[in-house]
Amino acid sequence: MAVIEALDLRRTYKTSTGTFRRRSLEVEAVRGVTLGVEEGKLFGLLGPNGAGKTTTIKMLITLLIPTAGTASVLGYDVVKDAREVRKRIGYVFGGDRGLYDRLSGQDNLRYFAELYAVPPREQRARIAELLELVGLAGREKERVEGYSRGMRQRLHIARGLLHDPPVVFLDEPTIGVDPVGARELRTMIAQLVAAGKTVLLTTHYMFEADQLCDRIAVISEGTIVAEGTPAELKANVSDGRVVEIEVFGVDDPTVERLRRIEGVRSVGVEQREQAQLLVAQTDGRELTHALLAQLDGAQVGRVSAREPSLEDAYVALVRES
Amino acid sequence: MRTARLLVVGWVLQLKTMMRSAFNGALSVVWPLFFATTAFFMYRAGRDEHTLLYASLGASVMGIWSATSTSASSVLQRERRHGTLELLAGEPTNFAFVLLPISIAMSTVGLYSMVATLLWGRLVFGIDMHLVHPLLFVLAIPVTIASVGALGFLLSVACARYRSAWALGNSLEYPVWLICGFLVPLALLPSWVGPISWLLAPTFGVRAIREAALGGAPLDDLLACASLGIAYFAVGILLAETVLRMARKTAALQLS
Repeated sequence: MAVIEALDLRRTYKTSTGTFRRRSLEVEAVRGVTLGVEEGKLFGLLGPNGAGKTTTIKMLITLLIPTAGTASVLGYDVVKDAREVRKRIGYVFGGDRGLYDRLSGQDNLRYFAELYAVPPREQRARIAELLELVGLAGREKERVEGYSRGMRQRLHIARGLLHDPPVVFLDEPTIGVDPVGARELRTMIAQLVAAGKTVLLTTHYMFEADQLCDRIAVISEGTIVAEGTPAELKANVSDGRVVEIEVFGVDDPTVERLRRIEGVRSVGVEQREQAQLLVAQTDGRELTHALLAQLDGAQVGRVSAREPSLEDAYVALVRES
Repeated sequence: MRTARLLVVGWVLQLKTMMRSAFNGALSVVWPLFFATTAFFMYRAGRDEHTLLYASLGASVMGIWSATSTSASSVLQRERRHGTLELLAGEPTNFAFVLLPISIAMSTVGLYSMVATLLWGRLVFGIDMHLVHPLLFVLAIPVTIASVGALGFLLSVACARYRSAWALGNSLEYPVWLICGFLVPLALLPSWVGPISWLLAPTFGVRAIREAALGGAPLDDLLACASLGIAYFAVGILLAETVLRMARKTAALQLS
């Protein structure tokens, strides 16, 4: 049986527009997510901003009640048995909020240890152990307001593990953390899985998902558009090729023309200072000349072709959805 | 036992957080002195020791109420701003026991306010602090503080879903000074104010404190104050889980 299970999970937000003539709107953030995470596995939830990753996680950790569908963690329903679920999960949100800045790292952990009913006799040892694990031993008496973003994020992870939960939810834990800090956090996440924890991770970083996750689900506009191991997802586009063209001043109609070329699966435009990088995924045909032919008038810089990566698979999936 | 420990640890750490803000600290120190000075100048014309002590005691409870009302309604907004509200709501402890130490910490700031007001009146304006029932006076203070704290707790629970709830606390601050008779005796106010004041524990708290200090029978008021405090506390506990469930349903706990 899956440790984390979601079945046709849906969540609608009600909002309103206008000042005098108020009009209520319904936004469907999650539209029927079904997923399962096996014990001791690291499951990645990938998707662009606004795809529904955080809303899905918030329903699984009992902070939001689903509009429809069901979900359970370790067999406990996230709506009916919310308290039982909470006792058994830890969760960490990305970003540097969620801590009491004027308290020390140790006081923050002490407070949450009480809230999670960590027995008083075990608290001191557990906090010391976690501070060691996240590399904050020796800095625990300093106020959190003086911590770097990476240190805060590590303190968040320690907070999420205080009650030694078997299931951990990590919502973009490396966001905004410098490369060295992010690498340390990834090592820490791998250690959690090695210690037998079941982890559900959301991230924007493909290499992170590729490196850490046993399985990945790609979510777009509230629905899961693909699921599999990183290798399986890459295989979806392995028969294709990626052509990257550096251009200056390409306009939208030109990009549309590129998309209409036979054999082109998708074309993305990334802004690079003064230049733009066109990333075209093809079905494997050699289309470099055809692409360049449509760029007449635009100044072209470097042109290269390569094998597709997990990121390309992800981009293709999100564009197709 | 676990709940008691949670309340104590929560209270200590919340107090620590509040006291470490230099700006808030300075305001907490200065604010009650303004109340005391205002009350003294209002009643100075009477030149009667009893009247001055009456005003000074009213001003001291004004400090407790102000510290509690303004912060109780904004406390959850503060947690929301820190990004800690979702964490507090998502842990297995009853939400009421998470909020309660925060409210008690605020009322503790009110205790300072009371002591500072009385000392200011004694040292600067020479108000004689002769107490008719010293023991009842000492008992009335914690009962009033706890009941005002419970009212603040109920206010913070009721406001959990609303981001602009701080405005409600601010708007309640001054009317309660009048309605509960902190500055002006209730007998001078229109009769319809009476039933409203009977629902508010500070009305009985300030009356008990005054009767203990100036002479009278403070026990009935003390009992009424304590009973209302217990009622606020009970309603708050019942309401907390309902409010939390509604907030989970409407996504009102979002960080912003």
